[in-house]
Amino acid sequence: MTNSNNTMELVCPAGNLPSLKIAVNNGADAVYIGFKDDTNARHFAGLNFNDQRAQEGINYAHQRGSKIFIAINTYPQPSGWQRWQDAVDHAAQLGVDALILADIGIMDYATERWPDLRLHLSVQGSATSQESIEFYHKNFGIQRVVVPRVLSLKQIKTVAENSPVPIEVFGFGSLCVMVEGRCLLSSYVTGQSPNTFGACSPASAVQWKETDAGLETRLNNVLIDCHGKNESAGYPTLCKGRFNVKNNTYHALEEPTSLNTMALLPELQKAGVAAIKIEGRQRSPAYVEQVTKAWRAALDACHHDPDNYQPQVAWLEALEKVSEGSQTTLGAYYRPWQ
Amino acid sequence: MPKLSLGPILYYWDRDTLFDFYEKIAATPVDIVYLGETVCSKRRLMRDQDWLEIANRLKNAGKQVVLSTLTLIEANSELSKLKSICKNEQYTVEANDMAAVNLLSGEHSFVTGPAINIYNSRTLKLLSKQGLKRWVFPVELSRDTLADMQNARPEGVETEVFIYGRLPLAFSARCFTARYHNLQKDDCQLRCIDDPDGLLMSTREDNPFLVINGIQTQSAKSCNLVTEIDDMKQLGVDILRISPQSKSTVDIINIFHACLHNKKSIQDAIDELESLSPTGTCNGYWHGGAGMESVEQHLKDELTEKL
Repeated sequence: MTNSNNTMELVCPAGNLPSLKIAVNNGADAVYIGFKDDTNARHFAGLNFNDQRAQEGINYAHQRGSKIFIAINTYPQPSGWQRWQDAVDHAAQLGVDALILADIGIMDYATERWPDLRLHLSVQGSATSQESIEFYHKNFGIQRVVVPRVLSLKQIKTVAENSPVPIEVFGFGSLCVMVEGRCLLSSYVTGQSPNTFGACSPASAVQWKETDAGLETRLNNVLIDCHGKNESAGYPTLCKGRFNVKNNTYHALEEPTSLNTMALLPELQKAGVAAIKIEGRQRSPAYVEQVTKAWRAALDACHHDPDNYQPQVAWLEALEKVSEGSQTTLGAYYRPWQ
Repeated sequence: MPKLSLGPILYYWDRDTLFDFYEKIAATPVDIVYLGETVCSKRRLMRDQDWLEIANRLKNAGKQVVLSTLTLIEANSELSKLKSICKNEQYTVEANDMAAVNLLSGEHSFVTGPAINIYNSRTLKLLSKQGLKRWVFPVELSRDTLADMQNARPEGVETEVFIYGRLPLAFSARCFTARYHNLQKDDCQLRCIDDPDGLLMSTREDNPFLVINGIQTQSAKSCNLVTEIDDMKQLGVDILRISPQSKSTVDIINIFHACLHNKKSIQDAIDELESLSPTGTCNGYWHGGAGMESVEQHLKDELTEKL
């Protein structure tokens, strides 16, 4: 489904009310949030919204013409099912603009109980082809799909063209190197994964230790990396550590880096992509401000004059400052990365 | 009595090796064999005709054959291939992506593999209405979750549990084998054929950690749930899945078959399987913990006594 006269929506993250307000004030078309439990994929201590805060946020955004999406995008097991069902009910009663869902059972419940509620398929739903999107559209009437960060630009174009519903793609933020919704690395090491618990490499399992060799970072005792005196040590996300394969020690899966697709905006716009998503509900209000400002400016410039669009140095510098490992990549959009 | 199945080969082996391998499998007591490429569409040494030839041989040897499909569908060529497998009238298909579920639903009864996220009873029920006849329990879930789901299992749906082998943990657009060889994926030279059990990735302290298998990442430890066979019988599990490895797969099948029929002690089986696993074993997911952990039998017994 393409739209040649395409205006791409800017969808920004908020882990608390100040971030939500900052995103709205700086030009987010929509802000996505989650509740304070394991029903969403950023289940971190001190983060997220109770019902009252969510209501304040929704009112604030609606008064200023922005939308609020609520992510309920982890996978409930029978023992926790009620919590997810309650989250859907609360979000619907709060008057949210859309739910971002991943689990088939929860989509089935939401469709039955709240037939008029707008549903988006979360990136955690792992839909990478029009055929897979068709399943969710046919069964639950989903109206948008967030596609995993594994497709090349060419593949994005094909999916956007053939999908029965508009697609949303990631523009900026921490890079998942694995297909979202299909990565169990975190639970293999810690017992908690994005699917089951809403967190990857959870902070409760992290250990830092100064040794003669340098600063060791561990996850549930597994050595993820060791940083020499002149290296900066990042958070031990387990796919971004250094490991030994045969006799080589290197970032065997991925380096600490962030995704940044700002340079690709005209092509994404031309492909008919409906929205650009910014990762980072766990980040600070300052991050949300920097990133929302830069992306608002970039999207406006691209919409105004796509043929002469170029990301400005100031925007790119602002993004690099808040990037993981202070470096960015085009990720899978750029085929040689794969 | 649960049946035994052999999952799809997750690695890239050459054609002759595959034909020899399945010749031997035909003579084992395994009941169900899953065939086909599930990891990378560039692995093309086996043509569709070759797979069908193996399928027919296994069928003639009394095995039930299921055709497994690709887990990560990105290119249109992959989608076309998937469509042709899903259209076949001869064999049941294992869906490993929702694209396959969509193609099969309402058309043919189908099986879902471990990468389809069926985490609760409502999901299981919905898919059963669309033709699901068997599901493989997702590997990161626990025994307690399985027990809950067995209680609400729709009629006519069989449950299969991944009982032995290196665990499929993640899929990526990136080929990590090509990355190791400093090659780009589009020019990968199919180097994954050099490592019939994948590339071992250890921590900087040289503890075996994960295994690189092209775009797939696996556990270095082999999941081993041989101690849980009685529990699985109690839970009404229908099928126990063994995942192939380059050496000793036939021995592993025989060990599980002997245990199922009470012809081998569990302790002997533990010792033998430990020696046949390339880099140790684990069972943490089943017990509700980190997948890499090993909960030992005697500790479990003590816990049960306390409860």
